[in-house]
Amino acid sequence: MTVPQDSSAQNSPQDYILRMRDIDMFFPGVKALKGVSFNLKPGEIHSLMGENGAGKSTLVKVLTGVYQKTGGHIVYDDHEIAPRTPLESQQMGISTVYQEVNLCANLSVAENIYIGREPRGALHNIDWKTMSHHAHALLLEQLGLDLDVNQTLGFYPVAMQQMIAIARAIDTQCKILILDEPTSSLSDKETEKLFSIMRSLKQRGIAIIFISHFLEQIYTICDRITILRDGEYVGEYEVKSLPRIELISRMMGKEIKEDQIESNLDKSKPQEQVFLKTTDVTVPGKVKDLNMEIKKGEVIGLAGLLGSGRTEIAETLFGVMLKSEGEINIDGVNVKIKSPMDMMMNRIAFCPEDRKVQGIIGDLSVRENIILALQAKDGMFRHMPRSKQNELADYYIDLLRIKVSDREQLISNLSGGNQQKVIIARWLATQPALLILDEPTRGIDVGTKSEIEQLAVRLAKEQGMSVIFISGELGEEVRTCSRILVIRDHEKITELAEDEISTAHIMQAIAGDYHGHA
Amino acid sequence: MRNFISNLVASRFFQFYVTLALFIVLFGIGSVSFDGFFSPQVFLNLFIDNAPLIIVTVGITFTILSGFGGIDLSVGAVVALTCMSLAYLMRDTSIHPVWCMIMVLFIGTAVGTLNGFLITFFRLQPFIVTLGTMFLCRGLTAMISRDSVGIDNEFYGELAFWSLPIGDCFLSLGALIALFVVLVATLVLKYTSFGRGVYAIGGNEQSARLMGLKADAIRWKAYIISGFCASLGGITYSWIMLSGYTQHGLGMEMEAIASSVIGGTQLMGGVAFIPGTLLGVMIQGTILTIISFQGTLSAWWTKIVVGVLLCLFIVMQAVVTEHKNKLMNLKAEKSSKDKKHN
Repeated sequence: MTVPQDSSAQNSPQDYILRMRDIDMFFPGVKALKGVSFNLKPGEIHSLMGENGAGKSTLVKVLTGVYQKTGGHIVYDDHEIAPRTPLESQQMGISTVYQEVNLCANLSVAENIYIGREPRGALHNIDWKTMSHHAHALLLEQLGLDLDVNQTLGFYPVAMQQMIAIARAIDTQCKILILDEPTSSLSDKETEKLFSIMRSLKQRGIAIIFISHFLEQIYTICDRITILRDGEYVGEYEVKSLPRIELISRMMGKEIKEDQIESNLDKSKPQEQVFLKTTDVTVPGKVKDLNMEIKKGEVIGLAGLLGSGRTEIAETLFGVMLKSEGEINIDGVNVKIKSPMDMMMNRIAFCPEDRKVQGIIGDLSVRENIILALQAKDGMFRHMPRSKQNELADYYIDLLRIKVSDREQLISNLSGGNQQKVIIARWLATQPALLILDEPTRGIDVGTKSEIEQLAVRLAKEQGMSVIFISGELGEEVRTCSRILVIRDHEKITELAEDEISTAHIMQAIAGDYHGHA
Repeated sequence: MRNFISNLVASRFFQFYVTLALFIVLFGIGSVSFDGFFSPQVFLNLFIDNAPLIIVTVGITFTILSGFGGIDLSVGAVVALTCMSLAYLMRDTSIHPVWCMIMVLFIGTAVGTLNGFLITFFRLQPFIVTLGTMFLCRGLTAMISRDSVGIDNEFYGELAFWSLPIGDCFLSLGALIALFVVLVATLVLKYTSFGRGVYAIGGNEQSARLMGLKADAIRWKAYIISGFCASLGGITYSWIMLSGYTQHGLGMEMEAIASSVIGGTQLMGGVAFIPGTLLGVMIQGTILTIISFQGTLSAWWTKIVVGVLLCLFIVMQAVVTEHKNKLMNLKAEKSSKDKKHN
């Protein structure tokens, strides 16, 4: 099973084990991949990078036959292939460990490793003894795990299951091994073990596609990187010649311009009084040791790659996700949170990221949508007089300049920008002290975007409201926020304040090259 | 001791042990209460009287096990259709009973094939699909004859009354077939890739597909097996009844589901143990036997006891799952603490 050393050392383009060219993948209404290319050499570890939703997993699933590509060519081992099922690609020698553990929790550990290719006995029966023996030996030798392989898989923690999934993948005679976010549930020690396995597989000439959010890991283990953004191919790079900051900027699609002055908006000056403070707040797998505070009248931004945990922080502050550790203080008082209602009572409001799914109720009128949160806060059975409802609705329609024919119009007939404003109005009606806006400007027109940015600043300035502003468009945060928390891998890595705030600094911080003045 | 109990609960066979214990307790109660209850023949009668239900339960267990809301409501109606077809064929034609039996086996298999096709090809809810074929089969039974049709074929009668002597006792042909079906099903589920595939798709279909299993083919086969078992059960049923009638096997699908669940099958799929489901049927049979020995209680008491047991077992399943999760979390915590020390 050894490949001559020099073949992996001097690769000419003909030596690619896999070439994917112009791959298109359309789902109804969505183009998930547009003309993506990907080249893989034997004996290399190649990282596929991109923000969440950039198309990494989709590309992998096209290769493994879970999805059938809409267009393009896949040349594997000098043959054009079009795998139609995972089984087909597996039989060709493409082995995959998927992002979520894709094993059967109700089967035994040994079975999960050998299902579909179990050792057979005299009557073609499954030979359980041999299977268990093999499985135990495999886990012990390759991964150093001494497990009871006859125990049901579901009995083991997720990290262990992930290692078992890896064992399954490397035991099949594969030429390409795909690891899609295998390390997210692994500890440092287990990750180290995985890396040493990856190195030995590489020695054997196996090509590895490695997907991970952790930059550190990419730079430790990978040889080359292919970057995707919004389903499009950005480029293919040698790891050695691609500084981290370049990688981040290519993933986000932003040029790095030093000394660019972007914050021309008259920002809100925070007051002295702290409204909300968190101490070591942790939600397992979602938020890690979060320490932050928000002053009254302050607009703060959460910046980071998609999937870095910005939304999770917002959801934790609003009680959608419950912390397992740490404290949240509001106005200096430690609060107990069991549900979003508790946070509403503490005058926190949250406009969620996906307004279609989590925000608007399309069959209700603008008026009804506006009073919804207030009604929920007051209790469903306390009737609000119609005249007061009308008054409230009109007030906010006017304040936010929502374009409606009248307040009884169905919200589903409004444009995206106006829908967003209605949702903001809904929360403003509860008179919050802290307003969390998660991607408030996504999918709306430029004019409304800047109106919403200004609104955030105005609320902070005029009403002393605290605002958390989350946006994937760094420019927006740079323009509106008085302070920006940079998030990476579910952790706050630094804070930028005042004149430190710039797109370049944020990207450098994400890349780990900038740590702020503080 | 606590550790022992904890491990026992976490064991894969915990539910089976509970079912077994329950059976022994019930049989014990009967033996202590009534003279003549504790005899090998009373025990063997459980197989003889319940042979059709055992066979049908084995079949339905395959469908429940295969997940995706797996269920086969058509089995009771298939039993009726099978009995009626047999009675009709033997009354109105001169086809040899052996051929008649082979033909009716095809009826059940065909219904199962249809169920499986609709469920896998169109991704329809098994509940609705098999509800449809249930009405269909029941209706077809009435189409053949709305009245009871007796079976008086001599050869067939001999089969029905044939018995295998075991010491002083005996087992009927139906009971032998039922035991054989249990044995084969247990082995198939344990030692063939198809069998393990049924567990896999029931546990996590998406994973099973990603691991290269042909989920649709496997599920389809599960329904075919259920259909086949239903008609085989129907044949053994006709040996007991020696007639065809539209009301035969009425509600049998529900009894089969109840037996399967009491025997440890989880309705969400992926968990089942055939010897357990056999015990599930025998528990129902024991209750019925106790009631008949007692003599004054209504046979409906069986339903009451089974109903209570069913609820208890579902609660127990939930509690056991919860307990396993807790154990798992404890383990995870422990291992992460170990890591910190390293």
